[in-house]
Amino acid sequence: MVKYSYVGKDVPRLDAIEKVTGTALYTGDLRFPGMLHTKLLKSPYAHAKIKKIDTSEAEKLPGVRAVLTGEEAPYRFGIYMSDKTILAIDKVRHVGEPVVAVAADTEEIAEQAVELIKVEYEELPAVFDVRKAMEEGSPLVHENLSEYKHAPFVYPKPGKNIANHFKLRKGDVERGFREADVVIENEFYQPQVQNVQMETHTSIGQWLQNGQINVWTSAQSPFAVRHLLGVGLGVPLHRINVVVPYIGGGFGGKAGLHWEPLVVLLSKKAGGRPVKLVMTREEQFYTTAVRQGFYGRIKTGVKRDGKITAMEILYLWDAGAYADYGVNITRAAGYSCTGPYEIPNIKCDSITVYTNHPYGTAYRGFGHPEFHFATERQMDLVAREIGMDPVEFRLKNAAVPGRITATGEKLREDAGRVDECIKAVAEAIGWGKKEPKQVGGKLRGRGIAALWKAPAMPSFTSSSAILKLNEDGSVTLSISSTEMGQGTPTALAQIVAEELQMPIEKIKVVTKRETDFGPYSWQTVASRGLFMEGNATLDAAKNLKEQVKATAAELLGVPKEKLVVAEEKVFVPGQPDKSLPLASLATAGIFPDGRGIGGPVLGYGMYTAEGLTNLDPETGQGLPALMWTFGAQGAEVEVDPETGDVRVLKMASAFDIGKTINPTIVKGQIYGGIVQGIGSAFMEEFIFDQKGKLLNSNLTDYKICRAQDIPDEFVFIPIENPQLNAPHGARGVGEHPRISIEPAIANAIYDAVGVDLFEIPMSREKVWLGLKRKGERK
Amino acid sequence: MSRHKISLRVNGQRYELEVEANRTLLQTIREDLEMTGTKCACERGDCGLCTVMVDGVPTKSCLVLAVEADGKEITTIEGLMKGEELNPVQRAFIEHGAVQCGFCTPAFIVAATALLKRNPKPSEEEVKEAIGGILCRCTGYRQIIDAILDASKSGK
Repeated sequence: MVKYSYVGKDVPRLDAIEKVTGTALYTGDLRFPGMLHTKLLKSPYAHAKIKKIDTSEAEKLPGVRAVLTGEEAPYRFGIYMSDKTILAIDKVRHVGEPVVAVAADTEEIAEQAVELIKVEYEELPAVFDVRKAMEEGSPLVHENLSEYKHAPFVYPKPGKNIANHFKLRKGDVERGFREADVVIENEFYQPQVQNVQMETHTSIGQWLQNGQINVWTSAQSPFAVRHLLGVGLGVPLHRINVVVPYIGGGFGGKAGLHWEPLVVLLSKKAGGRPVKLVMTREEQFYTTAVRQGFYGRIKTGVKRDGKITAMEILYLWDAGAYADYGVNITRAAGYSCTGPYEIPNIKCDSITVYTNHPYGTAYRGFGHPEFHFATERQMDLVAREIGMDPVEFRLKNAAVPGRITATGEKLREDAGRVDECIKAVAEAIGWGKKEPKQVGGKLRGRGIAALWKAPAMPSFTSSSAILKLNEDGSVTLSISSTEMGQGTPTALAQIVAEELQMPIEKIKVVTKRETDFGPYSWQTVASRGLFMEGNATLDAAKNLKEQVKATAAELLGVPKEKLVVAEEKVFVPGQPDKSLPLASLATAGIFPDGRGIGGPVLGYGMYTAEGLTNLDPETGQGLPALMWTFGAQGAEVEVDPETGDVRVLKMASAFDIGKTINPTIVKGQIYGGIVQGIGSAFMEEFIFDQKGKLLNSNLTDYKICRAQDIPDEFVFIPIENPQLNAPHGARGVGEHPRISIEPAIANAIYDAVGVDLFEIPMSREKVWLGLKRKGERK
Repeated sequence: MSRHKISLRVNGQRYELEVEANRTLLQTIREDLEMTGTKCACERGDCGLCTVMVDGVPTKSCLVLAVEADGKEITTIEGLMKGEELNPVQRAFIEHGAVQCGFCTPAFIVAATALLKRNPKPSEEEVKEAIGGILCRCTGYRQIIDAILDASKSGK
């Protein structure tokens, strides 16, 4: 057993004091001399031709410094599917799409200018339903799909509303169904929802006359912003500097590129003045990106003994008007399509469908909360059909080490244990215990749902870290993984403290991310930060030690191998005279005669995802997963049969996180994820009118959980089977607590009142109608 | 738009300002006084992130005009430390991990500090009621509630 000094301890967050005193700066808090403010003219139509734009009156308004239309910004941007311009060109594809942008001295002037712009539209037939969008003769959202650049693992279908068709074929699904004793098919649905980060998307851009572009932005991934901006605009990357201060929540919605190109182009037109855009809450709902809608159909074949023989799966994703991220969510959900089980025969089609809804992007869980609602409801429905206990049924099919996943991956011995998670959660909610169902006129029930997720990313992504030894012996860690609340920088400081055996107070992690200075990191997404930045940071700390030891060995006249770094010194254990403070080596070592040796110590470390491969375009077979984090959620609910109101009494969660680096930060991820999931389970939903206009684009009509809406009790059980190639064995758990909340609750509602729900959100009305129908059937 | 002279006491300091009639207290605090700890996230009283104390009462500053605050005593997150010491609520937020992205944190701390002045030993229900108008998307609220209850126990 390793004895840890810093890893596994409740080190307070490094950013806590700044945040409790209100001194932490976010992009919206920044101001620059001459800074202009942006307002957007947005489309009132879901699908329409732009016939004419007249900005002449707006341009005449005093204080207006730049008016930009789509024709002046003919650049397509994207990380996986470059289908989007920054302002609409020729036609609009969803209500709320920006058509013209104005930069002015004040927000008020910009707003007035927007009102002076005249746009003539010709309305086009629109499509809002994914199944209708796939029919022949449906209105086409993108006529020029064949011309768009896209990642090689994306398979668009030009001439149709299909941005990606991911196929997975394993075994022989027809044979699997023939071998089954029972075959069960069900359909499931989740609406579009919003990430609802408390900080709306905010960017400041400046395109100076010397060609230098500066961006300050609430983006999760500074290097992705720089890369996508550079490629999109055709500007060399060394001419772009992207700065990311603290971020007020991301949850995937600030991954990749968003409004950075717009403010940069406005700045260019305004002669290089800095231009700021703060999305209003309303725009956050329908102008910027949202979570895709989901339709799933699952057919499961099963033997009476509980062994699943086959699954045929269709996932349709309502990408909305643009699918840059949607195509990869479709892929990630496709290769994880079964949930954490070994299924011998699988046919899965996961399809990104364009509609005239607001456009989709990543949201915590990257498709997994959506499809796990389908798979984990289906597990309960199948278990019921064959008369087997749902926990036993899950354990029987669980993807434990040595079993084969949907993509043909044999799970490594140190892969983590979903079976342990399921058992832990079952115990925590008193599964199988005989307790009174009826309490004071209300009915109680329990439900379980398991889950898995791996980081969805290209096979070769990488991270790096720089660890600088300061003149007083303290160290400064530079990384480019951002701080948006998840706490990774604090965990990385603990990893440095552990490796250098140095007090945590002596370690600083830079707070601002800046691409001019910072080391490369692909993105702060996918629950990959602790694993990848962690490995890069460990590598940097080791590299720093090597440099220190090399100089110390010369100065002390001892072999390098005998030296140890700890307690801010480098020394030979047991030889007090063979010891040097790290501070004495930071800029250079000094021999007694005054000669210098070595030089400023700068540890460099990196990590590249290991062993991942492309997936076969026809069968989806290959190795997509750097790590699987397995988990299970258990819900205990109380249903009021009079009103359909559901109260969550308890949520129990178990995740195999390998090793806890900071228990309080992990707990924060768990509780926060659960409550986001509860919001989605009961209340969050985009409601449109027949013309595709969002009716609840504010926090009055689109509710998220308040303090009064949380479960009465949270139970978290960490499972720690270390993954050997992870830093101290730790896996990511940023997204996972948000997954499988909805099905655990739905399964508990069935247990309580015998109502089966197939649609999210499970509003009081739906529960009540279910109870009513059940009563009528009797 | 007419301009009005107002006088505010913010965190113990006096400010004489001239503001437009439609300027909100939130805009005045963030833009005119450049105190950016108070956040803006919906501008219609839904999210509560702009909460400050007006004469000791937690108030959504986006729903108050600056002219309405004339002559009032305003306390923002910047005014809660006692010298270099964090107040008990601030300390408890750190200890309980009630801080994640931090964007809502100032509002919760202002509201909780006001609550404990008015009601030094609140029940859990009273805490939930007091912070029920402030939204947080990161923490799940449990740690925030625990931090406030804990700060109340420290009895300062």
